[in-house]
Formats: sequence, structure tokens, C-alpha cells
Amino acid sequence: MEFVLVSLLNGITYGMLLFMLSSGLTLIFSMMGVLNFAHASFYMLGAYFAYQVSVILGFWPALLVAPLLVGLCGVLIERYGLRNAHKYGHVAELLFTFGLSFLIEEIVRLVWGKAAVDYRIPEALNGTLFTLFSSNFPIYKGFMMLVSVGMLLALYALLTRTRTGLIVQAALSRPDMVEALGHNVPRIFMLVFGGGVALAALAGVIGGNAFITEPGMAAAVGTIVFVVVVVGGLGSLAGAFVASLLIGIVQTFAVGLNVSITDIAALFGVELQASGAMARLTLTQLAPILPYLFMVAILVFRPRGLMGARES
Amino acid sequence: MSFRISNMQLLAALALLFTGSALAQVKIAYIDPLSGPFANVGDAGLKQFKEIVEQVNQTGGAAGQKLEMVPFDNKGSPQESLINFKSVTDQGIRYITQGNGSGVAHALVDAVSKWNARNPDKTVLFLNYAAVDPTLTNEKCSFWHFRFDANSDMKMEAITNFMENDKKVKKVFILGQDYAHGHAVAKAAKAMLAAKRPDVKIVGEDLHPIGRVKDFSPYVAKIKAADADTIITGNWGNDLSLLVKAAKDAGLKAKFYTYYAGGLGTPTAMGAAGEGQVLQLTEWHMNVQPNKTEAFALAFNKKYPDLDFYYLRVNTMVTMLAKAMNDAKSTDPTRVARQLEDMHYQADTGDVWMRKSDHQLIQPLYISIFAKQDGKAVKHDIEHTGYGFKTLASISARDTQLPTSCVMERL
Repeated sequence: MEFVLVSLLNGITYGMLLFMLSSGLTLIFSMMGVLNFAHASFYMLGAYFAYQVSVILGFWPALLVAPLLVGLCGVLIERYGLRNAHKYGHVAELLFTFGLSFLIEEIVRLVWGKAAVDYRIPEALNGTLFTLFSSNFPIYKGFMMLVSVGMLLALYALLTRTRTGLIVQAALSRPDMVEALGHNVPRIFMLVFGGGVALAALAGVIGGNAFITEPGMAAAVGTIVFVVVVVGGLGSLAGAFVASLLIGIVQTFAVGLNVSITDIAALFGVELQASGAMARLTLTQLAPILPYLFMVAILVFRPRGLMGARES
Repeated sequence: MSFRISNMQLLAALALLFTGSALAQVKIAYIDPLSGPFANVGDAGLKQFKEIVEQVNQTGGAAGQKLEMVPFDNKGSPQESLINFKSVTDQGIRYITQGNGSGVAHALVDAVSKWNARNPDKTVLFLNYAAVDPTLTNEKCSFWHFRFDANSDMKMEAITNFMENDKKVKKVFILGQDYAHGHAVAKAAKAMLAAKRPDVKIVGEDLHPIGRVKDFSPYVAKIKAADADTIITGNWGNDLSLLVKAAKDAGLKAKFYTYYAGGLGTPTAMGAAGEGQVLQLTEWHMNVQPNKTEAFALAFNKKYPDLDFYYLRVNTMVTMLAKAMNDAKSTDPTRVARQLEDMHYQADTGDVWMRKSDHQLIQPLYISIFAKQDGKAVKHDIEHTGYGFKTLASISARDTQLPTSCVMERL
């Protein structure tokens, strides 16, 4: 019981962080049709900016300032980079963001060095929030959940309850019509791109000190966010939410369960030879590849994803 | 005429610039991660090498020459290390050292052996300061490889001997990184515990991808569910500090038996929660008695406030190498290797011996526990935490010896 509850909490925390990361990606993709390969790099930038700001001003200002700064970077990159690439079609855009991800990683290495920086959880958030049976739940994980739920609600309210949200939604499916009505669609695109990468940066701010802030952190999450978006359905925010939680929880439980491939094969009535390397593999070892397995399965059986609105 | 003289001066200045001094240099290539998840480990190691090399150079150098460390970033990967090794041989460097990752060490041993077979006049010597997979001095041993750290089996032998008398150990969980080293630790732990403490139950055994897990809380939840009272882990670098951090956050009350808890952020991650819970097996720590390295270590810590001196074996290795060069009156790797094998040497913690049969250094080891600084048994703290390591058991060099299956091809 303790194990199930603790793993569930761990899984949800991880899932929420994944959602924060991938929501921006989904937003940008559904709006602009741009698959932003550099998305995880903005997550890394968020962590590094937060580290730098927290050295000068402390953690709380960093929580606000870092995503704003990264958002501003995003706006400038869209305005002076991506918009030009846009003229030459999707392939040019894709290559542009692909190159951007390498550029950002190298810049981070040059500015902050190759090793991890000492970005720590603030003292006020160090400690135990509550104790479940005999396991402690740290305050910081609670804080991570709070921030991501807050972000989810704010995003939902923005998209469905405000005028800006309505225009954004309209530009999503009928950009020509929106433009004809006198709205500045390129500017909306620019703001969405800035907002999307700011969300990734926010995830970086709270993920960077929970885990570790180093130049490899973008590559570490770079692929998993695409899994979330593909599984959730391209362009679906709700889908990304469900997929994030699903992947977070499945992966956490897979690590925790004591099941080997032999056991799983036995379920299907297949007898594996005990001496084989394959038979000795445990679910725990397979946990890191499960999301990718999931993605391949989704692409084969339901290409539009769990909640995707369209095929591509 | 004056033009010609100034040209000569220029040449002389250039020559000085390139050699740095009138003495020739013996270059030692340092092939370890300087970027990626283990960059901090490689960086700390390099600084320690530079410190002792500087001391050796100030006290006469080796065979009349100065030593110099040349860093190569292998990003923690065997493939990159082989590319590094190519540059090493291209630059005519004859000594290499590496420590982080037995996978890398295996690749380098292979490459060095092949290179030396093809280039007998340009042989390269591999000095291993931390890769502890036992096979490197057993089945896969090589004349060109010398190991200055106790191998994983020797360490596990010492840990399990200690556990033999600790009746509180009842349920053991083994967690390790999924590569040669983690496998070796798990295998040795199981075999030795079965022989020495058949009553102890192994309640779980897991391998995780090396350097890729950022959140260990699912593993900690599993350890808790298995109700383990003791964890054995060979993890190092961030794989250890993040594990300990997750254990602390979840309030896991179990003893950690580790190889590498004494450095690189792990003490900081443990803080007060590690007191009396985390043990390490090392060849040295800041509170060993008598501590002949104290002054050196304090000077190092002062120079690098973010680091704590950690690798006594690096000092032992560099000074032994210098002695071997002095004894051989040469810096030729083949002749130096012949001096190194079977060398008895007075290191800071006592007599050490480079066993000739497998090139494994036999040195005293210590089991120590994380405890509050008290000015006596715990004279120095570590990473400014207010906690340091306290010796629980000293193992004499002789008692650390294990038989070897090495059949060495000699020159």
C-alpha cells in the first residue's frame, strides 16, 4: 500500500513536470505547425537563468524572472529567426530549431562551463511536507506539483476565458480567416512561441534544482517531450496532459516492480530459457525505454495519438 | 647583423615558450570525462593530479625531467577514449591515466596492448587510478596496465568481512550502475555474503542506466517496499549523490555501504541525514590516524574551496611513477614498467606493494562512517558540512589480498 501510494505520488510529480515541459511544445506545434526541436534547450536555459538570477536576487525572483527572460529570448528568436525560415516551409523551420538546439547547448557550455552548476533548492522548501506511513514526501515535490497545477489552470483559463485565448484558438485552425478579420497573426505566433518556451523555462527553473543543472540536461529530456506530444496527440493540450501523467506513472511503477521478462512472457504462455540474457532482464531495467515502446505502439495503432485532433 | 641576433633571440624565446623550462617534460595524458554527467568527477581528479605533479616537480622531478598532465575529454565514453588515445599516440605521449569507468579502461587496455605490439619502440603505459572491475587484473590483465586502486572484489571482501560481525545487517538491497563495475559489485556482494553470512537475505537487486537517472525516488520507494536495512552500492559521482538525496528526502532509514561516499557532492547531499547511516571503503580519508597527508590535503582544500582532497592513491601513483623513473634512470615506459612491478613503496598510509603477478597495488584500506565533527576522531569535516568520516576498521595491506587468475604475457 505504502509502495503504491508513494510511487503514485512520485509518478504524478514526474508526470506534471513532463507536462510543463511538453505543453509549450504542443502549443507551438498546434499553432504554428513548427516542431520545435530546441524546446528542451529552453528548459535548460530556464534552469541556468534561474541559477544566475538566484545567485544575485534569490530563488523567488528567479522563479518569475527566468521564464520571462527565456520567453523574451523566444520572442526575439521567432521574430528575427524563425519567421524568416517560415517562408521556406516546414523543413527549413525544422532545421532552424535543430541547429538552434546545438547552438544553445554550446553557448551554455561556454558561459557556465561543462560541469554542473550549484543550483540548489531554497532553504524554505527543504524538508518534509507530510509523512505517508513511513515515507516522507518532500516539500519541494509538493511545490513542483503546485506550480504545475497552477500553470495548467492559468493556461486553461487563458485559452478558454480570455479574448486573446479565443484569437489564439481561432488562429490555430483558421489563420487566414483571423487575419482577414484584422488580427496580426504573425504577432500572435510570436507571442505563442515566446509563451511556449517560457513554459519550458518554468519547468527548468523548478526541475533544475530538483535534479541537476548541467549542459546535458536538455538532451536528457529532449526525446521524452516528443514522446509525450506524439502519445498525447499532436496539437492536443489535454492529450499532452494525459500522456505526461501516464508516462510518469508507468515509468515510476516499472522501476519499482520486481518483474522480469520471464514473468511477463509466462503471462502469455511463452517459456523463456532461463539462461538467456533476455530472460534475465527485469522491468526495472526496461523502465527507461518503456515510453519509447509506448510511442511506437501509438504510432502503429493510433497515429493521431490518444486525443489528437488531426492526423499530422 | 643586429637583425640576425634578434632572430636568434626570437628563436630562443620560442624554444623557451614551448618547453616551459630547460628540463624536458614527461607528459601524462589524463583521459577522463571533462564534460557530460560526470564532468565534476573528471575535473576533480585532474586538479588532484596537477597538485601532486607540481609537488614532484618541485622536489626534483622524475629521472631529471618534469612531469606534465595533458587533459583529454573522453565524455565518459569508450569510443571517445579511443579517439583520445589516437591523439595521445600522435602527440608522442607515452603515459596515460584514466579512472572513471571500467568500460573505458577495458577499451584502453585493448588499444594500448595493440599499439605496443605494433610499435615496440613507442610503447605506452596505462596507469589506472580508479577503474575497479576485477577482470582488469585477472582474465584481462596486461603487462601495460597498472592499477593503483583496490579492485571491486578486494573492496567487497573488506566490506563483507566487516558485515560478518555486524548482526544488525539482515536484509540487503544491491543497487548499481548498469555496466561492468555495477555488475562486478553485485556479483561479488552476492557470492561473498552467501559464504560469510548465509543468514542475510538479499531482498532486491537493481541496475540502473549510468548517469541517466536524475530522480532516484522510484528506486528508493522500491528499497523501502523491500524493507531493506542495508544497501550496498558501487555508485559514484552524481549517481551516488542523487541516490542519497532521494533516500534522504523519502526518510529512508537504512545503512548505505558505499565505495565512493566521501566526495563530489555526496556529503553535501547527505547532510545531517547521513550521520551514522553511510559507510565508505577507501584507501584514505581525512581522519585516518596517523594522517601523513593532512598538510597536503589542507593546502589542496584551501586552493580549491569547492573540492576536498580525496584520492590518496593519485599521490601514491604519481610518486611511485617518479620513483620508478628515477630507479630506471629513464622515462621509457617499458623500463619504467619493469621497475614498477614488484615495487615496495612507503606510502602515506603504510607499506604498499605493486604485485608483480597482476599489477594490482596492495595497500591498506579503511572502513569509515559519516559522523559529526568532534575535533577528535572526526577532526576534519568534509565539504563544510560539519560532518566527516570516522574510521571503523582498518584493513592491513596483507589482508586485502585476493588470489588472481592473471596469466600475464611478459616482454
